[in-house]
Amino acid sequence: MTTAAAPGNDGSGSLAWARRRDSLARFWRAYRTHRAGLYGLAGLAVIALIALTAPLTVGGNIQSVTSAPGSALESPSGQFPLGTDQFGRSLLGLLIWGARISLAVGLLAAALSVAIGTLVGILAGHYGGWLATALMRITDWFLVMPTLVLAIVLATVMSHSVWTVILAIGVTSWPTTARLVRAQTIAVESRPYIERARALGGGHRHIMSRHVLPNVMPLVLAQTTLGISNAILTEATLAFLGLGDPTVVSWGGMLQDAREAGAVSSGHWWYLAPPGIAIALVALSFTLCGRAVEAVLNPKLGVR
Amino acid sequence: MTTASSADTPAVVTEARTEPRGRRFTAGPALAYLRYVGGKLAGAVVSLFAVLVTSFFLFRIIPGDPVRTMTHGRQVSAEQLGSLRSQFGLDLPLWQQFTHYCGGALTGDLGTSYQFHAPVGSLIAEKLPATLLLTGTAVVLYSALGIWLGTRSAWHSGGLGDRFHTGLALTLWSVPSFWLGLLLVITFSVGTGPVPGLFPTGGMASGDTSGFAYVLDVAHHMVLPVLTLVAVQYAQTLLVMRSSLLDEMGGDYLTTARAKGLRDAAVRRRHAVPNALLPTVTMLFINLGHVAAGSILVETVFSWPGLGGLFYQALSVPDLPLVQGLFVVFAGAMIVMNLLADLLYPLLDPRVGR
Repeated sequence: MTTAAAPGNDGSGSLAWARRRDSLARFWRAYRTHRAGLYGLAGLAVIALIALTAPLTVGGNIQSVTSAPGSALESPSGQFPLGTDQFGRSLLGLLIWGARISLAVGLLAAALSVAIGTLVGILAGHYGGWLATALMRITDWFLVMPTLVLAIVLATVMSHSVWTVILAIGVTSWPTTARLVRAQTIAVESRPYIERARALGGGHRHIMSRHVLPNVMPLVLAQTTLGISNAILTEATLAFLGLGDPTVVSWGGMLQDAREAGAVSSGHWWYLAPPGIAIALVALSFTLCGRAVEAVLNPKLGVR
Repeated sequence: MTTASSADTPAVVTEARTEPRGRRFTAGPALAYLRYVGGKLAGAVVSLFAVLVTSFFLFRIIPGDPVRTMTHGRQVSAEQLGSLRSQFGLDLPLWQQFTHYCGGALTGDLGTSYQFHAPVGSLIAEKLPATLLLTGTAVVLYSALGIWLGTRSAWHSGGLGDRFHTGLALTLWSVPSFWLGLLLVITFSVGTGPVPGLFPTGGMASGDTSGFAYVLDVAHHMVLPVLTLVAVQYAQTLLVMRSSLLDEMGGDYLTTARAKGLRDAAVRRRHAVPNALLPTVTMLFINLGHVAAGSILVETVFSWPGLGGLFYQALSVPDLPLVQGLFVVFAGAMIVMNLLADLLYPLLDPRVGR
């Protein structure tokens, strides 16, 4: 740890990589002992495969209302294993296609939220003083905001598109990450090797990007994994409230369609059940992975 | 260990180490606590003001002319539009609208709803009890359930019960609340197959009953929404309780308690759990802060006549004063509950008191 590769040394690049590979292998060995985490990883692999191969298995025109193959609201049958929606589209096809948008929004929104949180956290932790006070006040203020209400408001205020949803989720969910990263930054910067780097002439940017960032990265990774399931749930919620992009099929949007088609009062459970199960499975997979990562990084949590 | 390398942290650390003790003898803990209370109160006031500012300016970005929305589908002349504009103060410059708004908010006047043509304050007051009843009940139930199951899970951690309960809680946590609500409606209200419609849905009470019959009727209507909220939310309390109890379990004082010959149940109930409860108490307050806004979806799904449903109605118009008012109430509840948690915490845990 203390013998960080000196800049300018030719051998340092490969040495750093070898060390990174080692720590990755160590991480994987510890991760492997968490069975729930492995289930989560397997679930994610399956879902990612389904989402990535969707253009081959169902094709993009599954969303088309005009060229729908079936009649409205059919029960499950051989041709349509999950039945059809009110436009006669195959529900199984829509479910598979919806995985793409749910995953994309979840990943991008979580990435945005974690990026903001990490930036704010590192800046506040590194500089301290009035900047930290101001940043942490803003963070605290966002922390007491009812997140869902704020996201709903933002999604209402802006035009209805996928990017709006990503932005609304990302902008409202970063404060927890910011606080964690700030605490970690302060802990890292109190170590002697930071003083050494400073004595050797390392500037603010160098210390933040070369010493602090790599050390907060594992924490950030765990936060991201846990954040994705939250983002996916929020995306479904916004879409269910009719605030999503009306031109794209998503799981939350399917549930909204189901409700509008009267699936609840007529007891069409086969229309309602699959999208919710899909959302729950993806969210659960990410949560399991996130908890396993957290447990590897912080064995004191005792999560098994 | 800490040198002058980072400007503010060592200062904080040394302050935390030396000052409380010094202060406790010179000024007394009561004064120190008062100073702490003052700081937290000032912070809460600043936050509340920031909420007022945000709610005012955020909703001005909503596209669309409110006067047009109000008169939607009716024949109106230009003069009528103008008089409506001045009636709602929309013809004034933005900063004057803002000062009016802040002045009004301080005296409890949150404006007049475009949609219902009634004061926002009284609209909110009218719907508040239903929300408090629903989510309040749910918070109490899921906190109790979470604490109970979390304690059991941690005490027998790694066992079959622990794995089952943690797994079930995590699964239910991943379920969208509105979806679970819809499924419960299909299963128990509409009825599928052999199951008849057991529980009513839609609203808070079905007939004009009074007295005890009314209470029963409301309770009957509450079963499904409360069940939904509890199922989706109890995981968080369970996990926090579980991990904080696991943290305590290595403590030497538990070994001492056992060495005294206390039974396992007594060690758990009298020694371990009270210490592990602290983070859970903080979370309970944060959950209570969510009470006002926490159930927008469940209220929408079950047509519960509360604030969440009102917020959704107001957003779809958009009814600016009503949305603003609700936003202030939702955020205000969070701020007040956070403040209470902050004030209570040093009393519960003397290590935090400064």
